[in-house]
Amino acid sequence: MVNNRHRSLGLTDEQVVNMYRYMLLARKIDERMWLLNRAGKIPFVVSCQGHEAAQVGAAFALNRDVDYIAPYYRDLGVVLVFGMTAKDIMLSGFAKAEDPNSGGRQMPGHFGSKEKRILTGSSPVATQVPHAVGVALAGQIEQKEFVSFVTLGEGSTNQGDFHEGLNFAGVHKLPVITMVENNGYAISVPSDQQLACERVSDRAQGYGMPGYTVDGTDPLAVYEVVKKAREDALAGKGPSLIEAMTYRLTAHSSDDDDRVYRSQAIIDEEKQKDPLILFAKYLRDSGVLTSEHEAMLEKEIDGIVDEATDYAEQAAFAQPEDALKYVYEEQMGW
Amino acid sequence: MAILTYIQAITKAIQEEMEQDEKVFIFGQDVGKKGGVFRATDGLYEQFGKNRVIDAPLAESAIAGVGIGAAMYGMRPIAEIQFADFILPAVNQIISEAAKIRYRSNNDWQCPITIRAPFGGGVNGALYHSQSVEAIFANQPGLKIVIPSSPYDAKGLLKAAIRDPDPVLFFEHKRAYRLLKEEVPDEDYTIPIGKAEVKREGSDLTVITYGLCVHFAMEVAEKLAVENIDVHILDLRTIYPLDKKAIIDAAKKTGKILLITEDNKEGSVMSEVAAIIAEHCLFDLDAPIQRLAGPDVPAMPYAPTMEKYFMINPDKIEAAIRDLAEF
Ligand SMILES: Cc1ncc(C[n+]2csc(CCOP(=O)(O)OP(=O)(O)O)c2C)c(N)n1
Ligand SMILES: [Mg+2]
Repeated sequence: MVNNRHRSLGLTDEQVVNMYRYMLLARKIDERMWLLNRAGKIPFVVSCQGHEAAQVGAAFALNRDVDYIAPYYRDLGVVLVFGMTAKDIMLSGFAKAEDPNSGGRQMPGHFGSKEKRILTGSSPVATQVPHAVGVALAGQIEQKEFVSFVTLGEGSTNQGDFHEGLNFAGVHKLPVITMVENNGYAISVPSDQQLACERVSDRAQGYGMPGYTVDGTDPLAVYEVVKKAREDALAGKGPSLIEAMTYRLTAHSSDDDDRVYRSQAIIDEEKQKDPLILFAKYLRDSGVLTSEHEAMLEKEIDGIVDEATDYAEQAAFAQPEDALKYVYEEQMGW
Repeated sequence: MAILTYIQAITKAIQEEMEQDEKVFIFGQDVGKKGGVFRATDGLYEQFGKNRVIDAPLAESAIAGVGIGAAMYGMRPIAEIQFADFILPAVNQIISEAAKIRYRSNNDWQCPITIRAPFGGGVNGALYHSQSVEAIFANQPGLKIVIPSSPYDAKGLLKAAIRDPDPVLFFEHKRAYRLLKEEVPDEDYTIPIGKAEVKREGSDLTVITYGLCVHFAMEVAEKLAVENIDVHILDLRTIYPLDKKAIIDAAKKTGKILLITEDNKEGSVMSEVAAIIAEHCLFDLDAPIQRLAGPDVPAMPYAPTMEKYFMINPDKIEAAIRDLAEF
């Protein structure tokens, strides 16, 4: 048995193929969103491309039946593992009434589902950090066994809410795992213009928690560190900060043109670190994924994405006056 | 029934709600052993322990944001902001998050948090311990803003706020804390949020106000009754969303309206009340709508001369009522 890193982490062959499947699903949904955007069918897309390994690796280390997550806009990989479907995501892309995230009220990438314990998210960055801490505080008060997992970009770690939230979690030793997906840019501004410290994980020290920097193109590495953080959290050792080093393989969003601030050479170089290519290679080298299986997966997922796209495109929009609903709880007569 | 001050009524409401619902907990700066800088949480730490009466780090955005997270989970958090003036670092959490959680999730998530904050002047608090901040939040659908004017209302409204399924900002006038006392029932009762109350029936002119100014207006009304000036007084109690019907009824009742707030005049809650009356009561008015408010300066100065100049007091109210009565 060569290269059997996943088994030493306690992951079966089937589980790692499933990880790859989620990464591929995220990628293909994302690519479809760009096509739809460029074709003028959906107004906006913000991408997970390049982050899939970190997202899926982390989500696999969580307990999908009890843990709470507070994802940020790139976290398609995380929410798919937590039970969102391609159809759900496409419904949100097309802003249709059936979108379970928001009923077509929010832009794509603003996830939420109470049933799946995905906290509803907004656009101002880092506000979700204190929310995840609050969920963990509630769990501690009620003596429940779960962790909350929150993500954000490295630029967003400059926000007060990141620092206030982590400090609160550190002081109260709460079971919170914060994962920063460091892709080196906050829109156009590179991280050396964002961070006065070398690594985001250095910031953990100020908040009395361990900080880890991990290769975010490797789902197994991310799985390992998130799993440890989860075990520590449940053992009462408190929160952890994880920095997953990723690459942003697209522009910031469909409204951004990244050629203005980074060279083609850099973009091409980063494409070499595509986590899908790297993980597929690992799976092939370990004899877990055959080319027939890979072709089958591709075909299956293309079918899922096609079906989801068609469904969402044809689904109904909310009625105009639905804009008036749900300001307050309506039974109260408001 | 016991005689309670305004602040004791608040403590009582929190205590009763914590006794009867394990989901209720309180957190904020110095709320634990100290029992709060104003002692609003006096005795609660001893009774409920550090798990439910939690000293938070000095970081208001986290106090709001952590409370919002706990509320989304299904708790009934009461977040105490030590002074309303220091709610400003938490504005993003309150407006971008709490106010929009139900709406943006299409009714999937809710945020039943109560955020309490002492506000108001006349306590030698100077610029940053005297402000009225309600207008900042009073155009944010999704929020409810409650300002009680008496101990009885403070208990009933706070209990209603804690049980409310949506976020409520609960502003407590600092001057009222120990100034106002009255009999407050021991039993459980709530006062509906969103409903104003007629505090005094009158036929000559209408005063619409809230908070401590209600107390001053009542005092003046009793005094002027002897001179046959009969003042109708409406206490808004919930200043957002406003009880439009009660405002319109009160305005039509006398046709002469005096609106009173301790906040700066321009863009205050009373500007909105004036607009409601202008939209609905034009032909019932016998005089221009009058506003008595703080001056449009950034905040209340420290020196007693200037503080007094800023504050609403019974003398100012009496003068304004006499002017309007003579119109
Ligand atoms: C408070 C706030 N300021 C500005 C923005 C606009 N904005 C959206 S994403 C972004 C960059 C975020 O960069 P980073 O945190 O590194 O995350 P990434 O997009 O790289 O994953 C900015 C400036 C925002 N959403 N919220
Ligand atoms: Mg970034």
